[in-house]
Amino acid sequence: MALSSTARLPAAKPAKRPGGLRRRLAPYGFLAPFFGLFAAFGLFPLLYTAWVSLHRVELQTSDRMDWLGFQNYTRLLSDPFFWNALRNTFTIGVLSTVPQLLMALGLAHLLNYKLRGRTFFRVAMLMPYATSVAAATLVFAQLFGRDYGLINWVLSSIGVNPVDWQADTWASQFGVSAIVTWRWTGYNALIYLAGMQSIPGELYESAAVDGASRWQQFRHVTIPGLRPTIVFTVVVSTIGATQLFGEPLLYEGNSGGGISHQYQTLGLYLYEQGWTFFHLGRAAAVAWVMFLLIVLLALLNAAIAARRNRTDR
Amino acid sequence: MTHVTQVLDQPAAADGGQARAKGRRARSPLHGGPLAYAVLIGATLLAVFPFYWTLVAASRSNSELSSATPALTPGPNLFHNIGEALQQAEIGKALLNSLIVASVVTAGVVLSSTLAGFAFAKLRFRGRGALLALTVGTMMIPPQLGVIPLFMVIVKLDLQNKLPSVILPSLVSAFGVFFMRQYLVQALPDELVEAGRMDGASLLRIFRSIVLPVARPGMAVLGMLTFMATWNDFFWPIVALSSQNPTVQVALKSLGQGYVPDQSVVMAGTLIGTLPVLVVFALLGRQIVGGIMQGAVKG
Repeated sequence: MALSSTARLPAAKPAKRPGGLRRRLAPYGFLAPFFGLFAAFGLFPLLYTAWVSLHRVELQTSDRMDWLGFQNYTRLLSDPFFWNALRNTFTIGVLSTVPQLLMALGLAHLLNYKLRGRTFFRVAMLMPYATSVAAATLVFAQLFGRDYGLINWVLSSIGVNPVDWQADTWASQFGVSAIVTWRWTGYNALIYLAGMQSIPGELYESAAVDGASRWQQFRHVTIPGLRPTIVFTVVVSTIGATQLFGEPLLYEGNSGGGISHQYQTLGLYLYEQGWTFFHLGRAAAVAWVMFLLIVLLALLNAAIAARRNRTDR
Repeated sequence: MTHVTQVLDQPAAADGGQARAKGRRARSPLHGGPLAYAVLIGATLLAVFPFYWTLVAASRSNSELSSATPALTPGPNLFHNIGEALQQAEIGKALLNSLIVASVVTAGVVLSSTLAGFAFAKLRFRGRGALLALTVGTMMIPPQLGVIPLFMVIVKLDLQNKLPSVILPSLVSAFGVFFMRQYLVQALPDELVEAGRMDGASLLRIFRSIVLPVARPGMAVLGMLTFMATWNDFFWPIVALSSQNPTVQVALKSLGQGYVPDQSVVMAGTLIGTLPVLVVFALLGRQIVGGIMQGAVKG
């Protein structure tokens, strides 16, 4: 393992003065605990996944690796369930990220007003963030129950037909997205709020002097000032959405993501390949595809952000 | 594993979370009208309702939950359901396990991050830029990418189903290092470190008696965020642990997966699993909010 080499490598240069050696090496001593464990349990697995993905490795005999070349990848690309999971990851990602960030932006704007009980609102809004994926999903799965769920009860009491929040494709994807949105909206609102508070007050004053309405101020002062923060949250949420796992796993409690895989995500597909079907090599290939997807999306985000910056100026 | 992924591009405030929230008040552009309050109260209700519902469902019987008109107030069965949950899914053991894992991980992350963060913030050495870039760069990489080899390592070390399998990979966090670096760059004046050096103190001595006291507020915030994230961690624990020796999250999974899960028992388990974090939140909510606004942890 690369354990000690990374941590000590840069220290190899000899010190010129006697006694200076200790001083020169000391900084590496401060880094050693972090980089030692980081190399062993962070970096090594990260890189080794690529190697594993080129082999047949089964869960029960994970010591044994048979070379396959790119077979895991070609098999993946010809598996309809992979494409299904990819599509679901995309639709659930959009369904959860877009409303979440828009609502967070609105809430942050309100939280930025002078308000009584500001701290209370902020803490209350962050509460969902404190729950685990498991707890949140179990509660929501109950609320979304087909026959006795509270949401269908409310719907039927206002005359809407009950929805099958688990078996129906769109409804189940909406249900999973609702859990994600519930957990992260308040968190993102606080991130936006932090960004808003770093916008100089004078900008608002001069906008007001120029006769800008509240909406115009929001549009022309707040949004441009928040751009780096918005790009940041979009990137982070995109990464989060790509990895979505716990919510679809526990929504009905199986790794298939619903009877007809209607809400199986890539994260869940990876888990199913590795720990339900025991194909660790294939799971590693899925992991790499997910990583490439994230890199692609990050580059896309960056390109869009750069483009918008240019057209604005 | 770094379950922590990202950081705001703003530097951490020098004065720690609490003082910060107050000082910014003057910048708020406008007073909120009744509409603002109405929307915020609505959002608060939406945020809090599932917690209330958990309590309601956990204190009712399963037959009450599967009736045409659901109960909207807490019932009398809370302790009975909690007892059932404790029996069905080793929840007692799971709570203890989670407490051990989260505490050890928090101590490890805070200590290793403060050490490394100090080195990155205030010491000059070869390879500093490259090592810091490496640390920050890996924060964006999904944990799934490393899970398979990590699992193979754990099997090889014969740690499967044992607590070290979830502790070891989490003991350090790239986010933590970055967070402490940002904090110390601002909070720790160079002169203070220099003064210590002039007095002939060793770096370790300087760290103990100068850096640690200054770093404490940042360490506290990092500690809270790490504890919460570790307590709530799901993906790696369900891979590494079994339902015989679970953390709370793993136990919740098995509770929800019986052949005919008793919903009120499932909710009772959920309530127990969530309660500790909610208590932390009730006591330290303001500081946690400050911490999130400074930097960010995502689980």
